Amino acid sequence: MSLFGKSSAIGNRLRDKSQNITDTNLLLIITIVVFFIMYIGAMLFLGKGFLKPQTLFNILNANAALIILSCGMSLVMITGGIDISVGGVTALVSMSCAVYLDYHNGNVFTAILLSIGIGLAFGLIQGFLIAYLDIQPFIVTLAGMFFARGMTTIVNTNPFNVQNKEFVALKETRIIVPGLGSTNKAGNYVDAYVEIGVIVALIVVAVLFCLLKWTKLGRGFYAVGGNNQSALMLGVNVKRTKFYSYVICGLLAGIGGFVYFMHVGSGSASHASGAEMNAIASSIIGGTMLTGGVGNIIGTLFGVLSLSIIQNIVASVGLDQAWWTGITIAAMLCLFLVIQSVVMSRKNIAAFKPTAKKAALSKEQREK
Amino acid sequence: MKSQSSTLKKPTSFFTWLIRRQIFIPIAALLLLALFNLIADPSFFKITLGYNSAGNPVLSGYLITILDYGSELAILAIGMTLVTAASGGQDISVGAAIAISGSVVLRVLCGTDSRPETLHAPIIVAFLISCVVAMLFGAFNGALVAFFKIQPMVATLILFTAGRSIAAWINNNELPIINEPSFGYFGGFIPGIPIPTPFFIAVACMIIVALALRFTNLGLYSQAVGVNNKSSRLNGLDPEWIKFLTFVILGLCVAVAGFIKVSRLSSINYSVIAKDIEMDAILAVALGGNALSGGKFSMSASILGAYVIQFLTTTLYKFDVQSDALSAYKAVVVIILVVLSAPIVREKLSALFKRLKLRQPSKEGC
Repeated sequence: MSLFGKSSAIGNRLRDKSQNITDTNLLLIITIVVFFIMYIGAMLFLGKGFLKPQTLFNILNANAALIILSCGMSLVMITGGIDISVGGVTALVSMSCAVYLDYHNGNVFTAILLSIGIGLAFGLIQGFLIAYLDIQPFIVTLAGMFFARGMTTIVNTNPFNVQNKEFVALKETRIIVPGLGSTNKAGNYVDAYVEIGVIVALIVVAVLFCLLKWTKLGRGFYAVGGNNQSALMLGVNVKRTKFYSYVICGLLAGIGGFVYFMHVGSGSASHASGAEMNAIASSIIGGTMLTGGVGNIIGTLFGVLSLSIIQNIVASVGLDQAWWTGITIAAMLCLFLVIQSVVMSRKNIAAFKPTAKKAALSKEQREK
Repeated sequence: MKSQSSTLKKPTSFFTWLIRRQIFIPIAALLLLALFNLIADPSFFKITLGYNSAGNPVLSGYLITILDYGSELAILAIGMTLVTAASGGQDISVGAAIAISGSVVLRVLCGTDSRPETLHAPIIVAFLISCVVAMLFGAFNGALVAFFKIQPMVATLILFTAGRSIAAWINNNELPIINEPSFGYFGGFIPGIPIPTPFFIAVACMIIVALALRFTNLGLYSQAVGVNNKSSRLNGLDPEWIKFLTFVILGLCVAVAGFIKVSRLSSINYSVIAKDIEMDAILAVALGGNALSGGKFSMSASILGAYVIQFLTTTLYKFDVQSDALSAYKAVVVIILVVLSAPIVREKLSALFKRLKLRQPSKEGC
């Protein structure tokens, strides 16, 4: 199957140039359209809160960590793997930082280094096991997730709020967005704001976008995910590329963990429960294919936004019981998985049927 | 590696024969754990006959606990082994599915009343309905995997997220409690019999599966599909249907396990019931020496693996490890297991052994 996948991928790229739309773009466009339809729909039918720009910023504030985690997840998924330890790492990072800051009077800078260190350690070990020892990524990262969750309770059992002054000052920092304020119920003008985490998240998105688009390593991720074998023949160091993807994902999980910690300001073993799930869901909704080789960071950003918009809509429609969130996310994930599956089968059929036509077409293009 | 060892054609002693057998791995793990406990605290193996609050004779002791609580795991391991063999992936939604089927049992028994005086339906009806529901959810997973070609673990991730929410939704987020003592028999003790009932249920399941594997082609077909999807198709099998079927069978196992779990408490807690059991079930399959990437399997090794996992859990509990921290230790065990079973590591190890063997005779010659 992988063999056919390769030929179809190459064929598609050539053929799609004439149609000006690739699978990556198709999935990306679906996501962005779905996001705007939902947001505009919410504005029209639910009004109120959705008309204020601050609602959008609040969504960003609450999901900055998720955006960072999802970016790492997308990267790994583009190479054809998966990493479900990110939620556990987030919990472990926030708990470790909380304990370090409050019980050991640490400073914020070292805490940031600590969180990056934890993330990197997870990335390095998991990456080594998956890339060099060829163990199924799901098993390794499942173990990683349970290990991280277990370690969190070993570090400290009880949830608590951090009182460290430096940290609280950092947590309370608001960056005001000029010109987008609104008047609150009392009639006072309130500036629209974002938290520091959002800036970090946007920087991560930008950096990863550039990495994937214009660097050798970034293109290597796509090559490895699209087809292991042909990437190897093209001279890509497959194992090292996979290894790097997990290391970067781990690093981002560490950073995301700290951003999460900055948002909630407390340590708890139940933090970020299900974050890995949301990250996978957003990546899939953002058009990253589970089979690897297809994906886009911008899509992931919109995936996260779509996911939280639908949660907000569900809440404001009145279905505010806790279980609706889980069910809607699962339903949405299911829908997008089926869309992907259909796209994939369409691709496979296209690879088989008009072989002669395509061969002629690709020859033509090569001559051009 | 297997072909290498067969070409060597050494005279095989009983010991080497045992080592080659797949069941050797769980047995070795079991012996290791037993030895550890024997040294640390021999009272681990003490079994006492006592009387419970209802005045019935019951056996108690750590070994009985293992037999008791390992039963659900063994039942799940049966289904998980089949799914692993056929689809080359694992179902991570079993914990959530147990919550759903348990919730269904309580819903049928209690109706809309959360503290019923009498049961609204016979227990067997509730059990059968929960079986149907669990099989439907299994069919949902199976359809995603088989017909939409989504990786099993990702497809089951959907139910993994939604499952506990659905379970809460079925009972309107109430926590019904059943006072009927006969409902508790299935997760506890039947009056007059000192051995816990879940063990009998597990044995019954094992017998059924053994018969199914012996007299039907289920085992052969699921292995064939797992070994090579394409060639099994060329041989006239329907791989999609078989994958689908294994997920439905797992659904049935989930219903049985869920029924026992609910019967233990006569109640349910949606977020805690069968927590992390998916990890244990996968671990049981891995510990049984089955390849997690599909293909050949050994059912007895998986079942023994499940009891070994419970042995490990009980041992950890005995040494006052917190229940939340358990997963960290188990994760380490998983990592060690998968590293040892990775083909690359195995090759390196066998090469190392060969070098050692070659070196030894030369030393003797000197």
